[in-house]
Amino acid sequence: MADPVKLYGTVLSAYVCRAKIALNMKGIKYENIEEDLSNKSADLLKYNPVHKKVPVLVHNGNPISESLVIVEYIDDVWKGVPILPQDPYERAVARFLAKFIDEKCIPVIKAVGSNGDEQSIAEACEQLQILENELKVKGTKFFGGDNIGLVDIAADFIAYWHAIREEAAGIKFFTADKFPKLTKWADDFVNCQVVKSTLPPREHMLAFYMKFFGKANDEESYRSDVDQLGNGSNVDQHQW
Amino acid sequence: MAGSEVVLLDTWISLFGMRVRIALAEKDVHFERREEDLTNKSSLLLQMNPVHKKVPVLIHDGKPICESNIIVQYIDETWQNNSPPLLPSDPYLKAQARFWADFIDKKIYDAGTRIWRRKGEEQEIAKKEFMDWMKVLEGQLGENSYLMGKSFGYVDIAMVPFYCWFYALEKIGNISIEKEFPKLVAWAKRCMERESVSKTLPDPHKVYEYALELMKKIG
Repeated sequence: MADPVKLYGTVLSAYVCRAKIALNMKGIKYENIEEDLSNKSADLLKYNPVHKKVPVLVHNGNPISESLVIVEYIDDVWKGVPILPQDPYERAVARFLAKFIDEKCIPVIKAVGSNGDEQSIAEACEQLQILENELKVKGTKFFGGDNIGLVDIAADFIAYWHAIREEAAGIKFFTADKFPKLTKWADDFVNCQVVKSTLPPREHMLAFYMKFFGKANDEESYRSDVDQLGNGSNVDQHQW
Repeated sequence: MAGSEVVLLDTWISLFGMRVRIALAEKDVHFERREEDLTNKSSLLLQMNPVHKKVPVLIHDGKPICESNIIVQYIDETWQNNSPPLLPSDPYLKAQARFWADFIDKKIYDAGTRIWRRKGEEQEIAKKEFMDWMKVLEGQLGENSYLMGKSFGYVDIAMVPFYCWFYALEKIGNISIEKEFPKLVAWAKRCMERESVSKTLPDPHKVYEYALELMKKIG
């Protein structure tokens, strides 16, 4: 009998997608529960009382929160296609890069916003260069090797959301001539079978970002949309 | 793992370095510790951690591992035949352990650091946040001996170095951690009964002096 798996999330969130990609890699069927983060369900608050955020994976009634913790849990529970390497040193490197992406890379990239000041663009490019170099040195299609792994999943925002955000903000610094390997990687990543179905429709995401950067007229609906990204009620531009 | 070379780049005051030292001691792994001067970083440190240029860095047979919680997991996986296991073997409990270690970093260490690094309004906010998050952690401890239940492990290692800062935070922030969180303080003292912890944590008075010096420099 299959153990019930539920995923609480929102369709726009890159963090929620991480969990979906991991579940797809293992071929796990799950119930997808779409949350309205401006009106969080009693279940979400029960399952993630500390952070009250998505994604939350519930397996056999047990909740797991924090997207990268969820991805590692999925890898620990279900065998099949490995998400992390077997070797302890390689695992440590993968975890390091995933953490770097989450805590340094993504925030710095998001900080560019729609101002596009030179300093923040330079910092963002510096972080992207680290990932570019990593791919160069590895010489493989993905950070995980021939198949996607933890680091690719952690970088999902960079592969898909970032380009849409750039278009909405009107500022492009993630270019193919500056980052040839990363550009190819992003294209390969979003075209993976296990990734494709998890991504929110481009127009939907673009419309959201347009509103977010104040380039649309509809202030009010944008505020509730912001909550849908899965990072709480903070409308600070640097969050998205 | 006889004959393998283990080097730790560290500083005496680094909470993150303490986590690694405790984990290595728990696993009875012999290592060479090198004290870094962070105002004058060694070429080895810059070479081994080019991305962040921070301590701690564990160098095992010439290969660097960075980020304290990641290093502790590496130690547990590499010296898995040495007891005690630092992480639970059950996947769900393992996930909980990772969740709480992440929580300690993002919430408790973050707010706690701001108590002594900030002044005025910002400090008051930091104090409130710190107390809120400590309350959550004390809830997780419950009536257990350790943060994940019966055995000392990964989450305790993630949190216990902060115990050496309690005295400094109390003096600087004018708060009473023992009064507000007696269970957590009892937990910390229980951890201090382990040699790996008591030999690693510096004297809280030294930590307080260090904080005062830094606060003077920050101004």
